[in-house]
This record gives sequence, structure tokens and C-alpha cells, in this order.
Amino acid sequence: MITRDDVQRVARLARLELTLEEQERITPQLDAILGYVESLRALDTESVEPTSTVIPMVTVLRDDEERPSLDREQALANAPDREGACFRVPRIIED
Amino acid sequence: MDLTSLTVHETRDALRRRDISPLEVARAYLDRIARLDPRVRAYLWSVGTDGSAAAAQADVSLPLGGIPLAIKDVICTQGVRTTCGSRMLEHFVPPYDATVVAKLRSAGAVLLGKTNMDEFAMGSSTENSGFFPTRNPWDLDRVPGGSSGGSAAAVAADLCAAALGTDTGGSIRQPAGFCGVVGLKPTYGRVSRYGLVAFASSLDQIGPITKDVRDAAIVLGAIASHDPLDSTAADLPVEDYESALTADVRGLRIGIPDEYFVPGMDPEVEAAVQQAIAVLQQLGAVCERVTLPHTAHAIATYYLVATAEASSNLGRYDGVKYGHRTKESAHLIDMYMKTRREGFGTEVKRRIMLGTYALSAGYYDAYYLKALKVRTLIRRDFTDAFERCDLLVTPTSPTAAFRIGEKSDDPLQMYLSDIFTISANLAGVPGISLPCGYTAAGLPIGLQLIGKPFGESTLLKAAHAYEQATPWRTRRPRLEGEGGPCACQDG
Repeated sequence: MITRDDVQRVARLARLELTLEEQERITPQLDAILGYVESLRALDTESVEPTSTVIPMVTVLRDDEERPSLDREQALANAPDREGACFRVPRIIED
Repeated sequence: MDLTSLTVHETRDALRRRDISPLEVARAYLDRIARLDPRVRAYLWSVGTDGSAAAAQADVSLPLGGIPLAIKDVICTQGVRTTCGSRMLEHFVPPYDATVVAKLRSAGAVLLGKTNMDEFAMGSSTENSGFFPTRNPWDLDRVPGGSSGGSAAAVAADLCAAALGTDTGGSIRQPAGFCGVVGLKPTYGRVSRYGLVAFASSLDQIGPITKDVRDAAIVLGAIASHDPLDSTAADLPVEDYESALTADVRGLRIGIPDEYFVPGMDPEVEAAVQQAIAVLQQLGAVCERVTLPHTAHAIATYYLVATAEASSNLGRYDGVKYGHRTKESAHLIDMYMKTRREGFGTEVKRRIMLGTYALSAGYYDAYYLKALKVRTLIRRDFTDAFERCDLLVTPTSPTAAFRIGEKSDDPLQMYLSDIFTISANLAGVPGISLPCGYTAAGLPIGLQLIGKPFGESTLLKAAHAYEQATPWRTRRPRLEGEGGPCACQDG
């Protein structure tokens, strides 16, 4: 049974601010969905390996050579706020 | 000649015979978009007169020379706004082309515009678009399906010659089924995901949505490739899919999975699919029942795996480097929180929350890891079935298109409608939806064929054989002339 506290904790982890109204609406929805996925418990997966990807797991390497990439102006073009060559953001430390 | 009613291959042939010019074709589509898209709302953005200029330069000797295409707005197009159907990226202009877009450009295709979608590809109706819903051309009060609803509607309404969509849990096949067109989800790894804005990285695939199966073969051939920029793209040769369309399915073994024909299914859907199976048998295929025992667990598995991956992938939308940023914030974390609150819609927030929960300490084993193990079982079901048959045949969806607003209040109900498409994404196998009839109300019904990994040639051959033996292509949605929501007309 997922509670409002759970929802607040998870929202903080997800860096998602939810209004009180959103929290109230989403809690029973998440509860219903989590209730639904409980059905997986019934399956015996004791000796089953997890599948993270359906392709053969191969680390693809290449030689460490310089190749074309985004130039700085392209990389900064969508910046909401910039200063020189940097993305500018609010202070990191809370008061 | 009504140029917009032509398929890609018919257009290609007429262009090469010099019966028509690329400029005429582009203009015909752009005129039709101007006239009809205000009602269908398939496009978030279309190219206007610039498109005519590009068309005039087209080289018709190239595989898609002069062919006007629409691209789902989750795929990056350099210099052209790409929103993913979200306010978070409302003003985002990619500095690069997705690999598939670069390949379409070198094949000579003309970009008509970017199509509407459920936000960040999360949805089954296109009602979750951050901008507006797209309407089903067969009945404007109904959904076109999702998340590639804009692309499917555009193809169905002849607002493009063909389109690209993406499919993570059914988002090409289901809207193709609802809109009476062809939609192909390739094998995972067949098409590069470089430049595809990620939703669930182990499930996402780009694929064609087209007017007929030959067109799907042509477009797949143009976009499939290995790619050094996507380490999940397979290093396998791309076959000549068009040459596989021999219409000969004699001896092909087709499995009918028990679990896809359930009590409570829409009887019209079931009847149409059973009839389609009979046609395949008449054409010489050998059909037998098979079982995919873990089908009932596919949705639960998907809504843990996909949401977990999404919660990670959507972590990048933080207002720092691109996209929306909140106007006022006290400090960095506050900026993240408010930016994401403002930029994301309800369904996206819901899935991020679900995924974060499933991955969080104390819950990871019971939810996410468990789901990955069940994914193995689902995948094994397909491997086992494919020892006895070459293809599987199923309905695409349990019902035809539902009404706008009908399912949007109950997220779980919406999720359950993906039951027939979702397993193919979990197993990584290719699937195609094509029309197999219409309901009494005139709504398209989709037939799904599922193939072996990298078995697109066989899949396309069987789909093409069925299509050529049936009359479904002759019906088109009626959007012009008599007023009111359109009904369909024959011929």
C-alpha cells in the first residue's frame, strides 16, 4: 500500500516537485499499478537470469582518435542561460 | 492524377518515368496538409514553402528521391524544432540529425514535417501530447492510437507518402492498426537509435508507417544499418527487403498463440483475425496453435522495465543545458524540481515516479530485478515457439480505435490495451501491423504478424502476400466533400 510519504520520498529522488493535489491524485493510481504488478511474484524465477538487453552484450570499442563532434557554439545553442563558454545555473548550495 | 493517394513505390515509379516532378508531389502534399490537417492535427510543424524548394533539388534516381515523408517528433532533425510532444522541449532545436534522418536525406527524401505524439512516447492514444490530440481520420471523435498517432494519421489521411514512427510497447503497430495503415517495428538493433530521444533504451525502435507493405520494405531498407554512433545497432548486412516480396507463402509455418485469443475480446476483431488466418491458409501457409505461456505477465513486466529505464533517461531534463528552465528558483535542486514540474505532463510524471520507485533501495529486487527475470521467460516463450514456426499471427489490439477521452481517466485501463504488442518489444522481435478488415462502424482492424529476430524479409513477404490477396487497401477515410465526422467509403 503506497502512502503519501512514499510518494513524497520518491518525488524527491526523481527531482520532481508535485503539488498537493497531484500527490493526492497520483497516490491511488500508483497504488493500483503497483498492485497490478504484484502478479509477478507468483512466478518462480529462482534460477532465471535477468535480461537487461536482448542483444549480445558486447562492449563496443574503437581507437582513441579525435573525430568530428559538436562545436562549442552548437553545444551552447539551446542553453537557457549561459556565460561565456559555460552553462549558467543558480547557486548549488542551499542557504 | 491525385498525387497524394499514391504509395511511395507508385510515386517513385511515376517520378522516374518523368510523368510527374518532385515539386508537383511536394506541393500536392503541402496543399492537402493546409486543407485537411487543421481537422486531423497530425503535424506539430510542417515545412511550408521551404519544402517546395528542397523538393525541386531532389534526385529521383536515389532510392527515395523526391518522396515526401513525415517524421515523428521524437527523432532529431538538425535545425528543425524537435519537441517529443512535450512542453519540456517546446523550443529545442537539435544541432544534429538522427542517423535515420541523415540516411533518408542521402536517399533523396523530402521532409514534410514533424508529427504529433504522446509526450516522450508515453501513451497509446496521442492524448498525452503536451500540445493537442491528433484525430483518427476514419472518425475524428476517436483516437488515432499512440504514441505515433500523428504519423499514423498522416499516412492514413494521405498527408505524406510515408512516415517514421517509434515503438517501445506497440507505438507503431497499435496506431497503424487503429488508422488502417501498415506499421513495422523492426528487430531491436536493426535500426540505429542515434538521434532518437530515449524513452526505454532496451525497448525503443524506429520503424516505418506506410500505405502498403511494399512501402514498408522500401523505407526499412533505407533506414536500417549498423552505426558506430549506436552500440546497440547490429553489425549485420541490410537485406533487399523489396525483393523478398514474392507473395509465395506456401509451406510457411505460422503459429497462432492461444493467449492472444481471450474471452471478452471484441468479437469483430476476433472474427476479422480468424478470417485473415483462413486467407493465409488458402495461400498455402500451415497454421497451428502454439503457446506463449507468460503473455499475461507482459504488461506488468513492461511497466516496470520501461518506466525504470524512462526514469533514468528523463533525468537529463533538468533545465541546465537545453529545454525548459523554470523562471525563479532558490538554488539548483529547487530549479530541477520546478523545471520538471512545469515541463512534464501527468503521464510522464506518473511513469517517472513508478520507475524511480521500482529502482529505489529496498524495492529494486522485488520490482525491477524481478521484472528483468520475467523478461527472460517471455523471451524464451518466443524462442520456443519459433522452433516450431516461422511467424506468429495475432490481433494488433483487443479493440478498434476508442473515443477521445474514453480511457484517459484510468491509466491502468490504457496500459492494458497494449497487451498484444508489448511482448514483442520485451523479446526484441520484429512485428508488423496491417489492415485485416473494418468494424460495422467502419473502423479499421489490425492484424499483427511477429517474426524471428532479423527475420524482416519473411515477415514482409507474408504480410505482402496477405495484403495482395485482400481488398482492404481500396477503402480510404473520407475527409473532404460531405460534412460531419467522416465515414469510410469503398473504392
